[in-house]
Amino acid sequence: MSTSVRQEVVLKAEDLVKHYPIKAGVLRRTVGHVKAVDGVSFELYKGETLGIVGESGCGKSTLGRMLMRLEEPTGGKLTFDGVDVYSQKGADMRRLRRDIQIVFQDPYTSLNPRKTVGDIVGEPFDIHTDVVPKRGRRQRVQELLELVGLNPEHINRYPHQFSGGQRQRIGIARGVALHPKVIICDEPVSALDVSVQAQVVNLLERLQRELGLAYIFIAHDLSVVRHISDRVGVMYLGKLVELGDEDQIYSRPTHPYTQALLSAVPLPDPTMRHMREQIVLTGDVPSPANPPQACRFHTRCWKAQEICSIDEPLLIERPDGESAHLSACHFAEPRVIL
Amino acid sequence: MSVTVGSGGKADVEVLDSRGLWQPVDGLLLEVDELQVEFRTRDGVAKAINGVSFELHEGETLAILGESGSGKSVTAQAIMGILDSPPGFITGGEVRYCGKNILALPDEDRRRVRGPEISMVFQDALSALNPVFSVGWQIAEMFRKHRGMNKSDSQAQAIRLMQRVQIPGAAQRVKAYPHQFSGGMRQRIMIAMAIALDPAVLIADEPTTALDVTVQAQIMQLLAELQQEGRMGLILITHDLGVVADVADRIAVMYAGRIVEQADAFELYAQPGHPYTKGLLDSIPRLDQKGETLSAIGGLPPNLMSIPPGCPFNPRCHYAHDICRVDPPPPLREVARHRLAACHFSELLLTHSPELEVTQTTEEVEAHLELGLDSPVVAGLDQATQAEQGGEPL
Repeated sequence: MSTSVRQEVVLKAEDLVKHYPIKAGVLRRTVGHVKAVDGVSFELYKGETLGIVGESGCGKSTLGRMLMRLEEPTGGKLTFDGVDVYSQKGADMRRLRRDIQIVFQDPYTSLNPRKTVGDIVGEPFDIHTDVVPKRGRRQRVQELLELVGLNPEHINRYPHQFSGGQRQRIGIARGVALHPKVIICDEPVSALDVSVQAQVVNLLERLQRELGLAYIFIAHDLSVVRHISDRVGVMYLGKLVELGDEDQIYSRPTHPYTQALLSAVPLPDPTMRHMREQIVLTGDVPSPANPPQACRFHTRCWKAQEICSIDEPLLIERPDGESAHLSACHFAEPRVIL
Repeated sequence: MSVTVGSGGKADVEVLDSRGLWQPVDGLLLEVDELQVEFRTRDGVAKAINGVSFELHEGETLAILGESGSGKSVTAQAIMGILDSPPGFITGGEVRYCGKNILALPDEDRRRVRGPEISMVFQDALSALNPVFSVGWQIAEMFRKHRGMNKSDSQAQAIRLMQRVQIPGAAQRVKAYPHQFSGGMRQRIMIAMAIALDPAVLIADEPTTALDVTVQAQIMQLLAELQQEGRMGLILITHDLGVVADVADRIAVMYAGRIVEQADAFELYAQPGHPYTKGLLDSIPRLDQKGETLSAIGGLPPNLMSIPPGCPFNPRCHYAHDICRVDPPPPLREVARHRLAACHFSELLLTHSPELEVTQTTEEVEAHLELGLDSPVVAGLDQATQAEQGGEPL
């Protein structure tokens, strides 16, 4: 919880880059690149939750997939427990995958409709055969179902026989099957109804306590991220623009994009309606195929000056009034939003 | 109501005509009275709406709040007359627009209401717009069909509307196709189509659900501006408690095809009068709950083919007593000044009375539903229909 005690780093990302080529013409020549993730660095500590927020298209899901090595990087280095993830091959990589698992956004498409819950949750044991002996598998799957709050007797049912929230629990059971140290949660509650979201958030928090998991929690719902995260990173067009403790990001944001994002979140309290100032950004997020020069936010920023389109601001510690946290703005200044 | 129609005499007369026909009585635009809708499928009848009543006044924003499957979108479709039938059937009730039951109108007259009088913005602009026609052509269609305009006049109108919804470079982009626009811009085009004929009522069905928060703020601001200009009545259908708190004057909370609570927005958030509303509000993560367990509503919304007897919320309710399980569903009644709720214990809930005891906790609800019973979603359905229904509950 407290960040004054710096815990052990489990996952370290250094300058991660993922560019997708754009091909055109008869010869399918590469005419450009979509810069989905463009130089992202952070550390994830043991047992903590790092929230990643940003609008669609900012590269947060691509980042999640890179951390799983579901995408090969264009550049950068990823270290898990001191091991360089991207240089591992074959059996070594498979062993590494046990420790980093993922829970996907859409519980309707991420579960194979032709497989029973037992097959789905037990599939990790087919690949990692030494984890549980074949005879003990069924029992282990039932334990996992119970752990996530599902009826162990439903092991032979199919995904369509469950509701959205229950399906997400199945996805989570599959995610924790191999005792991972890190789980990437890619929008785990966005597809769920409000009343069910809280159940799944509670489940994730309980599992974190019981199993000592570290989460990368990718989401666009800022209030859920605030609730679950110890630290929060804000992404814009493939880059982290601000990174700090939950309190630093939400109470003393220094980057104009974070401020705009927070002010755009409608608060579930009508009495706040005219109490706070809303920063309404003009226009849409620019295309990641052709991002603006230098500071990528300068085209929509009300603070932008000449320097912003010439000199790229680095993600470095900048004062936020009480302390200092990482922010990538030349004119970083704390502002009370919420 | 001055409508500037570019093409001269004929169209102007028609506009005045239709306005003359529909005049709100004392500012009351729309009355929905005991509306009932059911879906008849191979596997049984799903009762999607079970007696919904509400009113909408000029210039008012009424939010209909509910989870998926609560019947909020079906209500909108029934009002608009775009319910898929079969399988959907309106089995009872009236929808009165300016005092006249529009459900009883012949198709021809109904078409004159749909668009010029009551109009709708859909959730997913990409699938609501036709991909093979330019956006200008689609907006202009409103003027060609309803106002009898020719191609060039209607296109001029389309450009005017695109400017009105703040699409940059409207004149250049009028011939562009939906896929060439971003999500937020597409939603603006949908809004342009909906307000083309200056309707008196606009129904917005989850207009910002598919959008990012920064774009959502832009769209909600645009809707508010348009509403103020024209004194339009706005029905905002959403599940987002934040959006509702930001814009609604009045809120109707729906659950299992019924309105369970209706109140002024400020009062509803300050003090919910129905356990379901209270549960929803409590489940939002609040600042002072950091690191604590969120108070979730246990269980799941009911299957509309087998709504539990008694109050439909009773299996998930923290305050359920025997009366809730046995008696017919409590009617929506006045429980305080200007406040309606459908719960036997609303008064106790509103006054925080100690007499109101918690009869089951979330954990008990969960345990009951997860372990004791079959999953409510599957009860009584065969596999094929479940697969069909999987993605999109009724």
